[in-house]
Amino acid sequence: MAVLEAKKVSKFFGHFPALRDLTFAFKAGDCIALLGRNGAGKTTLLHLMAGLTRPTDGSLEIARRVSLLGHGIGVYDELSARENLQFFANLLPVKVDVEVWLEKVNLREVAGAPLREYSRGMRQRLALARTFMGEPELLLLDEPFTSLDDKATALLQSLLAEALARQATVVLSTHQIPEAMAHASRILFLERGKLRYFGPCPDEMLGDSTWIYRTYGAVS
Amino acid sequence: MLRMSWTIFLKDVRMEFRGKEALNASLAFALVVLILFSFAFDPTSEQIREITGGLLWILFAFSGVLLVNRSFVREQSNDCLDVLLVSKVPASSLLLGKTMANLVFILLVEAVCLPVFSVLYNISMFQLPLWLLGVCLLASWAIAILGTAFAAMTVNLRLRELMLPVMLYPMIIPALAAAMYLTNNIAAGKVPVGDDLIWVRLLVGFNVIFTTLSLGLIDTILVD
Repeated sequence: MAVLEAKKVSKFFGHFPALRDLTFAFKAGDCIALLGRNGAGKTTLLHLMAGLTRPTDGSLEIARRVSLLGHGIGVYDELSARENLQFFANLLPVKVDVEVWLEKVNLREVAGAPLREYSRGMRQRLALARTFMGEPELLLLDEPFTSLDDKATALLQSLLAEALARQATVVLSTHQIPEAMAHASRILFLERGKLRYFGPCPDEMLGDSTWIYRTYGAVS
Repeated sequence: MLRMSWTIFLKDVRMEFRGKEALNASLAFALVVLILFSFAFDPTSEQIREITGGLLWILFAFSGVLLVNRSFVREQSNDCLDVLLVSKVPASSLLLGKTMANLVFILLVEAVCLPVFSVLYNISMFQLPLWLLGVCLLASWAIAILGTAFAAMTVNLRLRELMLPVMLYPMIIPALAAAMYLTNNIAAGKVPVGDDLIWVRLLVGFNVIFTTLSLGLIDTILVD
């Protein structure tokens, strides 16, 4: 049973083709590394998967419970960490214990302070809690490893492992291939809006993370 | 749907009362205009009674725009709107919650301005308190629902502060005209009866039509 299924999906911005004729399906428990150079269409594809924009052509069937960690961290500066998590928990169809998540991301002691007093790392940990709580079926993560310190990276890795263990589907859009390869079961490689590779992680990438760019990317 | 709207409403009210950015700006604008006009008109003249409704509702429409404009801008920082839409919060719940919050803010500005108006212009606005409350609720809902829907439409525009009033004011003319007429009657101590009730029906009808349209179209507005 596919959690997400795309059939001949295209997306045009005016006359510019951001994505062309993409066909793929993700199953429960898949971890997909969404790779491609800048401007390849990764964020547009994530937005399509998130239901934030509609395809110009083709069809896209999406899971019911999706969570997104985009370029913005998706939390409110005027609220405290506890208020933020409680707000998003109240919108979920399942019951979530906010205190457990505050503990998990090590923010319980400062949970009452407004977010504007938090460091960048603390805000990112809160964003991780907001994204992973409520056991979403499909997790869409856009550059999740960018500017995380070692502790936050370890936290993200453990949350990813937990999510995959409960058969969630994870889509990781990233340029940091070694971190993504730790979990990725499949790779979806885009080049100028076209799907160049979709399949298991090639053995060649284990020792050479740029192999896919050289093999399936444009020469220039 | 209503549970989610209530959650959005509480969050917006909490955020606004914490920062008070829009409320302070709107209130300051409304009070300054009231004071300036009090110098321009003789408070003992009969003329002022005739323009009471017009002055008040133009003032509330202008100060209301300052409030509704913030509705979706608030969601833009850190891409919170994307997170809400992805988490399958129905767009109609989002609109309803935000409209309720804006209604509370607009009513607060009115609650401060009406006594000030009574004092500065020597007109008792509270001779028919229930009628006044009813007109304020109906006309403020009209500003809130259409204003919030247009705020969603203009949130990604560079000139949204300009575009919102340009789009909103022509649309709310019927509601404002009804509110102005009824407020003039209330200020004169006359209970609207007979033919005057058509203005009440117009306000109710306007709200029913535009609330239904806004809730039905908001999904198309927010997801391109």
